[in-house]
Amino acid sequence: MTKVSVTVNGAARSGEVEPRTLLVEFLRVGLGLTGTHVGCDTSQCGACTVHLNGKPVKSCTMLALQADGQQVTTIEGVAKGDVLHPMQAAFKECHGLQCGFCTPGMVMSALGIVERHKADQLSEAVVRHELEGNLCRCTGYQGIVNAVLMGAKALGVKVV
Amino acid sequence: MHAFEYIRPASVADAAAKRSANDDSTYLAGGMTLIPTLKQRLAQPSQLLDLGGITELKGITLKDGVLTVGAMTSHADVAASSDVKKSIPALAVLAGSIGDPQVRDRGTLGGSIANSDPSADYPAAVVGLGATVHTNKRQISGDQFFKGLFETALEPGELIVKVSFPTPKRAAYMKFPNPASRYAVVGVMVAETATGIRVAVTGAGACAFRIPAMEAALAKSFSADAIKNITVPVSDMNNDMHATAEYRAHLVGVMAKRAIAAIA
Ligand SMILES: Cc1cc2nc3c(=O)[nH]c(=O)nc-3n(C[C@H](O)[C@H](O)[C@H](O)COP(=O)(O)OP(=O)(O)OC[C@H]3O[C@@H](n4cnc5c(N)ncnc54)[C@H](O)[C@@H]3O)c2cc1C
Ligand code: FES
Ligand code: FES
Repeated sequence: MTKVSVTVNGAARSGEVEPRTLLVEFLRVGLGLTGTHVGCDTSQCGACTVHLNGKPVKSCTMLALQADGQQVTTIEGVAKGDVLHPMQAAFKECHGLQCGFCTPGMVMSALGIVERHKADQLSEAVVRHELEGNLCRCTGYQGIVNAVLMGAKALGVKVV
Repeated sequence: MHAFEYIRPASVADAAAKRSANDDSTYLAGGMTLIPTLKQRLAQPSQLLDLGGITELKGITLKDGVLTVGAMTSHADVAASSDVKKSIPALAVLAGSIGDPQVRDRGTLGGSIANSDPSADYPAAVVGLGATVHTNKRQISGDQFFKGLFETALEPGELIVKVSFPTPKRAAYMKFPNPASRYAVVGVMVAETATGIRVAVTGAGACAFRIPAMEAALAKSFSADAIKNITVPVSDMNNDMHATAEYRAHLVGVMAKRAIAAIA
């Protein structure tokens, strides 16, 4: 076993892991942060998306030890207490989810899109292109795309 | 995954020394290919050497008409780099077309070419732009680097440090992406370089290759029309659930013409 120390949602967290422990296993089993989901375990679906140093990554395709000493944000770190983050509120408002399994990953990817485009502008085509790493089996995506655009607008991004 | 030991070397020299001390160890870049391979137990190294902590492997520089990209530079960083967009926009487009945003944030140039996946995008750039691969031991010309299916000129333990791309006069990359993975079913890089025209193909064969007949025709007349009767042998093409060999041979012509039209 090896010690891993990661700043998760702003708090220093550590634990003992096997080198082969995936980041998503450390988050879910080690830290009890079960908001991050495992949909495919094969790098396809994006349900496991978290932010590593502010950028979306698939936590099923990373070792916990690769995140040692770094910053991780999970879906649990997005809302402020009981107040939903504007992107979460937009998913609720736009019916951007049905079963909700893909939603944590979708929200984390959506926040990545906002981050990449906050200085320029965002269109529906760009949102669709940049959601390529996230699969949803329920919604048909329209509500999700609407939610990302609404959330981005609420966060000050110019939507065209 | 089988159990392994995890080490994060601090420098290229340290990584290479640890690698040569253990035949059974493997470099880990972004893990975008290696971790799925370990999960499927297709490989079982006893030790992973994570290159993620080595700063000398990261970064992009543009100097005297040569763009140099460190092996551990992510696809996202290449796609967003103002130096890349300014000197070789086709390379920025290529990097930005790989997989999805999460894959582009972790996947690296070094990992991509070391792997020589037949449908990876970067090989088309390394061959098509006449790049040079710099390892911890030597320099390998792009034309000599890819040897076959998942096979390169790298010796066991040889570490890619960076790749240098001479700035072409013009270049364009066109690919027909697999709609699910975005890997290239066929991708073609066409470039006019200081040493002549290059046409390099990925996705279609066992590894990236050039089409000398198209290059010669384009040297005479740089137009999509000039290559309309030039075909590649169907027997050299990959044939799988994503596309038949005949379809891939057809796509090579279509993607080449699109790339030429984009810069003619
Ligand atoms: C869902 C998904 C979609 C993808 N779509 C595309 C696509 O559309 N186009 C495309 O081109 N690629 C695609 N990829 C591949 C991706 O772009 C990565 O570049 C590729 O998987 C290599 O990953 P990596 O850089 O993380 O290297 P790793 O997986 O860490 O390593 C790959 C191999 O290279 C070796 N290696 C790594 N670095 C070095 C080095 N510096 N020197 C020597 N050996 C080294 C490792 O030992 C290992 O054998 C996709 C991957 C995924 C998971
Ligand atoms: S669970 Fe990680 S991509 Fe599907
Ligand atoms: S809401 Fe069910 S998978 Fe997306």
